[in-house]
Amino acid sequence: MPSTPLDTRYQIETPEGIDLPLRPAGLVPRVLAFAFDLLARGVIMGVLMVPLALLGNVGLGLGALLLFLVSWWYMVLFEVLNQGCSPGKQVMGLRVVQDDGTPVGWSASLIRNLLRFVDMLPFGYFLGAISCLQHPHFKRLGDLAAGTLVVYRERPLPRPQIPQAAALRLPFALDLNEQRAILGFAERQGELSAERVHELAAILAPSLQVSPARAAQQLNGVARGLLGPT
Amino acid sequence: MKQSLFESRHQPQWQAFAEQLNRLEQGKAKASDVADFPHQYRRLCQHLALAQERGYSSYLVDPLQQLALRGHQQLYRHRSQLGASVLGFVLAGFPRLVREQWRFVAVASVLFFGSLLGIALLVYLFPELIYSIISPQQVAEMQDMYDPDASRLGRAAERASSEDWMMFGYYVMHNIGIAFQTFAAGLLFGLGSVFFLIFNGLIIGAVSGHLTEIGYGQTFWSFVIGHGAFELTAIALAGAAGLQLGWALISPGRLTRGESLRLAAHKSVQLLCGVMVFLLIAAFIEAYWSSTTVIAAWVKYLVGAVLWLLVAAYLIFAGRTQHAPE
Repeated sequence: MPSTPLDTRYQIETPEGIDLPLRPAGLVPRVLAFAFDLLARGVIMGVLMVPLALLGNVGLGLGALLLFLVSWWYMVLFEVLNQGCSPGKQVMGLRVVQDDGTPVGWSASLIRNLLRFVDMLPFGYFLGAISCLQHPHFKRLGDLAAGTLVVYRERPLPRPQIPQAAALRLPFALDLNEQRAILGFAERQGELSAERVHELAAILAPSLQVSPARAAQQLNGVARGLLGPT
Repeated sequence: MKQSLFESRHQPQWQAFAEQLNRLEQGKAKASDVADFPHQYRRLCQHLALAQERGYSSYLVDPLQQLALRGHQQLYRHRSQLGASVLGFVLAGFPRLVREQWRFVAVASVLFFGSLLGIALLVYLFPELIYSIISPQQVAEMQDMYDPDASRLGRAAERASSEDWMMFGYYVMHNIGIAFQTFAAGLLFGLGSVFFLIFNGLIIGAVSGHLTEIGYGQTFWSFVIGHGAFELTAIALAGAAGLQLGWALISPGRLTRGESLRLAAHKSVQLLCGVMVFLLIAAFIEAYWSSTTVIAAWVKYLVGAVLWLLVAAYLIFAGRTQHAPE
């Protein structure tokens, strides 16, 4: 592991002694998620207000209660009961977790959503945006107080095929990072153009003692060898 | 061990674990299903550590990492004290918390009730003062509301009983909204809470002073005394919770500011939950009891006084004994 990776990953260490990386979400996806939630709330209110308005005064009372629920509790209920995702976060592929990677609970969710009021000051999420932009893990003020984090949800990764090549062993030992780099090269070949594959492989041609043209094939063979018989 | 051998040997276990996780996440897992979950999870963690250590490809390590993260989220959770023991909190926890935070409660009460009583007295003595606090139009609306000739009281002059419902909803939304604002603004080093406490105190005080002065005192005081016990106390307590947040930032002690804020927030949000209960009670009383004019004023004063004593006794004495019902 390099000491300080040049990305925004947030490592949590579990009691089992393994590091789990979380990827905090920046300002833009969060703004989009919030905009979606705002729209959804507007639609909910619009749809439910019509029948309530027909009920007369009782309907108005229910409407006021509904407005209260939607404006203060919408986020809290969704975050706690739906694995940390409000509908907007669901659409943007985000979720809220505690600082230690565990699901967000009632009190933390309540804190971060009540303090949204301060994040909105003095206008249009100004304080929240400032706080979010200057924090290494993009926390707004509510997140700081509640000890929560907005992260990208993990998505299932499709497994790429390693190109066919005869398995081969190198005459010298590879360290872990080198092994992973070679495996990574072989697995990601499908996403790269042929020229780029050639260019990358050519860097290693002198060490492999082959001509640059054959380097890619050679590396695939090494990767096959590392992977073992399938 | 080569990667593909490792993978083909353990793949069925990982798949079984993933299925178990799916069931847990959807809340469909039965007790018998999850009995060996911790064991399975630890084995997965071991596989992950092995895979990382042996330099297997990231397309093997990353899915294992995702499984471990999901397992971690299912196994380790923050047990929320709020939902679990509502009764214990109402009977003992909340008054204990209020007494524990008595410094903030005292400061908030002085700010709120001090400004309220002070301005009420001033407006009573110098009636023109009301117009420098509240616009003349609003003053006229207030006077209409508490006109002794009106049959029912509250934010609307004439009300049928179905309107009680409407006002209940309105009070819940409006009052709890104010309490939340007063709390949240405390994050600005406490200044926001101070502002909202004084601001609300001034408005309420000015209105009460003015209405007493023009002779509407009877209708006004008999209306507000009942729910005031819960509503005014709740606003002061919400302010106290906000001040606590601010103070955690001003004087974090030996902790970092962030850490101190996090701890204070967890305390103060509990206080706020009690405030919400108070405000629900207040809205109920305000909509269904305070607004009736059928009942004689002296009964309302009596009930109001009892309610104030009840709130005070609750906050001071409840939950003192060790064996309080939990």
